[in-house]
Amino acid sequence: MTPGDTLGDTPNSGAAITLESVHKWYGAFHVLQDINLTVQRGERVVVCGPSGSGKSTMIRCVNRLEEHQEGKIIVNGIELTNDVKAIEGIRREVGMVFQSFNLFPHLTVLENLTLSPIWVQKRPKKEAEQAAMEYLERVHIPEQAKKYPGQLSGGQQQRVAIARALCMKPSIMLFDEPTSALDPEMIKEVLDVMVGLAEAGMTMICVTHEMGFAKTVANNMVFMDEGSIVEMAPPKEFFTNPKSERTQKFLSQILTH
Amino acid sequence: MQQSLGQPAKRSAWWNDARVRGVLSQVFVLGGIGLLVWYLVSNTLANLETRSIATGFGFLEREAGFAVSESPIPYSAADTYYRVLVVGILNTLKVSIVGIALATLFGTLAGVARLSSNWLVAKFATIYVEGLRNIPILLQLFFWYTVITQTLPGPRQAFNPMPGVFLSNRGLQYAEPVWDPTYGLMAGALAVGIIGAWALGRWAHKRQERTGRLFPTFRVGAALILGLPVLAYVLGGAPTELDVPALKGFNFRGGGTVTPEFAALLVGLVLYTGTYIAEIVRGGILSVSHGQTEAGLALGLSRGLVMRLILLPQALRVIIPPLTSQYLNLTKNSSLAVAIGFPDLVSVANTSINQTGQAVEGIAIIMAVYLTVSLSISAFMNWYNRKIALQGVR
Ligand SMILES: Nc1ncnc2c1ncn2[C@@H]1O[C@H](COP(=O)(O)OP(=O)(O)OP(=O)(O)O)[C@@H](O)[C@H]1O
Ligand SMILES: [Mg+2]
Repeated sequence: MTPGDTLGDTPNSGAAITLESVHKWYGAFHVLQDINLTVQRGERVVVCGPSGSGKSTMIRCVNRLEEHQEGKIIVNGIELTNDVKAIEGIRREVGMVFQSFNLFPHLTVLENLTLSPIWVQKRPKKEAEQAAMEYLERVHIPEQAKKYPGQLSGGQQQRVAIARALCMKPSIMLFDEPTSALDPEMIKEVLDVMVGLAEAGMTMICVTHEMGFAKTVANNMVFMDEGSIVEMAPPKEFFTNPKSERTQKFLSQILTH
Repeated sequence: MQQSLGQPAKRSAWWNDARVRGVLSQVFVLGGIGLLVWYLVSNTLANLETRSIATGFGFLEREAGFAVSESPIPYSAADTYYRVLVVGILNTLKVSIVGIALATLFGTLAGVARLSSNWLVAKFATIYVEGLRNIPILLQLFFWYTVITQTLPGPRQAFNPMPGVFLSNRGLQYAEPVWDPTYGLMAGALAVGIIGAWALGRWAHKRQERTGRLFPTFRVGAALILGLPVLAYVLGGAPTELDVPALKGFNFRGGGTVTPEFAALLVGLVLYTGTYIAEIVRGGILSVSHGQTEAGLALGLSRGLVMRLILLPQALRVIIPPLTSQYLNLTKNSSLAVAIGFPDLVSVANTSINQTGQAVEGIAIIMAVYLTVSLSISAFMNWYNRKIALQGVR
């Protein structure tokens, strides 16, 4: 697949994620300001924007690693409140991949993958391991199953992290700059895995500055600045004809690099 | 022969060779230590001879002739020095083992409490740690000993919080069941219960791996461990005879006793070492990056499971080495018992030395015992630490 042709039109099969007038403050600092965003089932949204604009904060609110103070967030039809059990239920449905991998260093790759299926979904160990091996094959590193995270390269670690999230069979995946901590030659192997997920119809919100990837998989581009969503448009429109001046400036900076 | 590009290195003097230097420095160090030991030993022997003090461990067979205030094994002044030293060793081990267990428990609680989001709990733990950590342990021992012996009433006015239990400045006296064969049966039942619970745990784990079905291991295991001894007790005819402490003259007779000396030493050691363990535990938990918690939560794990499966196993690697030195410190600090009159090894060895003049042998025994205990603790903790070491982390 080459950048330029997209994976098809925005699906319209009901909302997977809805953010309604969401506000969040860190003390006096207004980090999210009136965020409105709907992600349809099977839709892929790529979020970009300058550093400190609130991209991470926004997607971390979706699985409540951060709490919002005003507005509504609804995931798979369930509103995020202080109900701990409901939150744990939503987190099982929402996989997350972090910039710094966050693999568990005291567990083997296979144990990283089967931890949550065994303890949260209460699946038999054998079955969880078989499923884990299938996901490791999907990210092209089944031969690393018995190793520890510290023995893998960055690209391999991030692919393990993706497989770990997939093992919970999530319906939604959140990516927070999954390739920014990687050397250039490893970025492609991770992006390839993500493109594969997109082709399989996964609902995704992805914070990234990999614009080639964005053009390939995104149904919608979101540009954030200073805690607000400044612009939201399909990639063709977003890249060729951005409306806001701030988006234009950001794109000219990032695309000339 | 190939000509190398650079100048052929001029051979410098042999004493500049790193390997030669390494060997030489070790030879010098060993030689120095040997000379020092020879000097000390020959001097001591010469001095002992001029003062006509016999050397050797023959004195161990002689009658000690002094009483000790408490002993886990039967002991009287007519017993040998050997036996009184064993009493001292047992007392030292008793206070060290109980102290290590309680200090670990107490320190871990205080360490976690300092990280609590509850302001009052966190402040309380902070005050405890910062306060007691900065007062010398010897002062604290005197303090607790004074508190116990001065603030508690005499035996005649002893607190009697429940039947058969008396608290006074002579310590804590409590009723003890009189020995009955049924208790042996109960001990056997307890052993069976523990082994049964262990086997059950393994079976449940295997079955979980096969079928994914969870078994209430904890509840059934606890029922086994507690239930079997109770059953044995009932089957054995439920003996009820108690040895109740009773006031005779100025003190209590009968029953079991926790002496003020032991209590003060234990409380002092536990509270003091607990402050260090609290800091070690807190540091260990903080050393695991927050990303680990987030990754666990994002996978749908509860906070409790994140702590148990992700944070604690990683924190333990950081905690174990400094924890080992705290265990060693507690064991060695227990020798301060001599200051408040608890008959630990140092205390009884001191008396023995004073009576026999066999200072070299006495000190040698003390050092050998502490060394053995310390090295055992170290060896166990190092083994445990290796067992849980991280793989592939450079
Ligand atoms: N725990 C916190 N307490 C206070 N301020 C915070 C906290 N976390 C983030 N911030 C601030 O909130 C703002 C948004 O942070 P966020 O991580 O969402 O930005 P971002 O868009 O993801 O940036 P980057 O591209 O650098 O990752 C930043 O200014 C940051 O300093
Ligand atoms: Mg970020």
